[in-house]
Amino acid sequence: MNSSETFLESKLPLLFAALFVLGLIAPFAVYPTFLMKILCYGLFACAFNLLLGFAGLLSFGHAAFLGTAGYVCGLMVRDVGVTPEVGILAGTVSAGLLGWLFGWLAIKRTGIYFAMITLALAQMVFFLAIQIKETGGEDGLQGVPRGHLFGLLDLSDNIAMYYLVFAIFCVGFFIIYRTIHSPFGQILKAIRENEPRAISLGYDVNKFKLIAFIISAALAGMAGATKTLVFQLASLSDVHWHASGEVVLMTLLGGLGTILGPLVGAATIVALQTQLADSVGSWVTVIMGAIFVLCVLSFRRGMVGELQALIKRSGVN
Amino acid sequence: MEIFGIPTALLGSQLLVGLINGSFYAILSLGLAIIFGLLNIINFAHGAQYMMGAFVAWIALTRFGINYWVSLIAAPLIVGIVGVLIERLMLRRLYKLDHLYGLLLTFGLALIFEGIFRDQFGISGESYEVPELLSGGVNLGFMFLPIYRGWVIIASLTVCFGTWYMIERTKLGAYLRAGTENSQIVQALGINVPLLITFTYGYGVALAAFAGVLAAPIFQVNPLMGSNLIIVVFAVVVIGGMGSIMGSILTGLGLGLIEGLTKVFYPEASSVVVFVIMVIVLLVRPAGLFGKS
Repeated sequence: MNSSETFLESKLPLLFAALFVLGLIAPFAVYPTFLMKILCYGLFACAFNLLLGFAGLLSFGHAAFLGTAGYVCGLMVRDVGVTPEVGILAGTVSAGLLGWLFGWLAIKRTGIYFAMITLALAQMVFFLAIQIKETGGEDGLQGVPRGHLFGLLDLSDNIAMYYLVFAIFCVGFFIIYRTIHSPFGQILKAIRENEPRAISLGYDVNKFKLIAFIISAALAGMAGATKTLVFQLASLSDVHWHASGEVVLMTLLGGLGTILGPLVGAATIVALQTQLADSVGSWVTVIMGAIFVLCVLSFRRGMVGELQALIKRSGVN
Repeated sequence: MEIFGIPTALLGSQLLVGLINGSFYAILSLGLAIIFGLLNIINFAHGAQYMMGAFVAWIALTRFGINYWVSLIAAPLIVGIVGVLIERLMLRRLYKLDHLYGLLLTFGLALIFEGIFRDQFGISGESYEVPELLSGGVNLGFMFLPIYRGWVIIASLTVCFGTWYMIERTKLGAYLRAGTENSQIVQALGINVPLLITFTYGYGVALAAFAGVLAAPIFQVNPLMGSNLIIVVFAVVVIGGMGSIMGSILTGLGLGLIEGLTKVFYPEASSVVVFVIMVIVLLVRPAGLFGKS
């Protein structure tokens, strides 16, 4: 680790504190629903980044976890009548279990096959979501009530809902941060850099990959369950492969393998989609595709990655 | 007439549909396998290129009155040239990087193509008339066979086995196989490997477009027709493994037939049966049926 990286690391707590304060006051300046959308996708992208950025595993089926948790949470809250925190917990657990199954299957292969297997498994979830009665097919689950947190706090108020989402994001982000900066995270990075060497050092590589996959899936589910409460809707588009592609794009654009990159990428993409939706219609897909191509061809470090490189180059100590 | 309590006409027609889907799986997974062999990337735009083949044929017919037979040759050429440009201008810059970047780039391209066609033509789908020579059908006694459907199976199998012959039995194919094994040594022996790579990608893309033209009169010509198909083809590729050309063809056909049978006996499962088989293959033989581990 050279001095500039140490500089960045040493300033991180300060940056986090600033962002935390920003998160607290933001709903008074910006439309809360927009912020909640950013935080949900931000958590989704951070969870995805744990897998791709730090373990080198490209899952092209993360929408399955986002969507499944959304459906489970929606059904629990609307039809079973549990409180929102139980709904989110149920969504998170179900996504974690699904992640266990998918991860167990997908890590039997590596690289490109891993990506194709996760994509195919997620597509299976999509087809099931269309066919099963409980998920409402094309209509999705509509009219999910936000309910009262712990049976006390009314979440139909957007500001109250925002602080819940913000708290959930912080918890998820903290889990990811701790995972990356633990010995477990170091081993993940070792596997990413050189898998045969990690094996020869005696690590049970597949076990580490599987645990990373489960954590990532569960947190993606937490984001999906929260999103269902925010928009009071769980829909097919959350299990569609477009959503899986979107999270890859957010992570890539923000900065693969950087701690804040996915959040920045998610905020950028969500803002862009909101801005463009009215003006250009179906060209949104084209623009998303073009950003994808540009990122891969000449912007592979992403926004946060480029910024870090810039600070490094300018030689701050 | 009945077999297992199922009327043979129903069984026959679903097997025919299965065989047709299987032919498309075979052509598409064959193209993916050839591209993967030499370029080491998964061409996510394969479905979009299949869709473009169908649209080029449809535009040629409705706007310029160019008939099916010309399109069958011209559309793959046009889309293949687009593929060549993609390889020369973009993919070429990624060979030294992690192979996953190739997947991400072609995914972006797929979104771009799909978005453009959706903007131009909407998502309702356009129909393409069956060419006169192939319209009508024959009664086989136990079922009715539309001639065009028979033609699709014959045409795609001819192209598949022609490709197999070219790769396994000709000199060009020998270069290609050698390049797949070790491209640096092949380059050192004086063969223009970059050109070979460009040609291979163009050919794989042209195969997808050819399938698209074949599909145009059967399915609706729709901007989303490729993306729905390509994910199933990915599962087909995982099941077969990309190590063998013949393996890709046989796996594609076989899975199409199984899908057709599922439609007869347990229709609810027909959209997921390929994925279920993929899971079983992963458990029993992770390298794929024809794969080298």
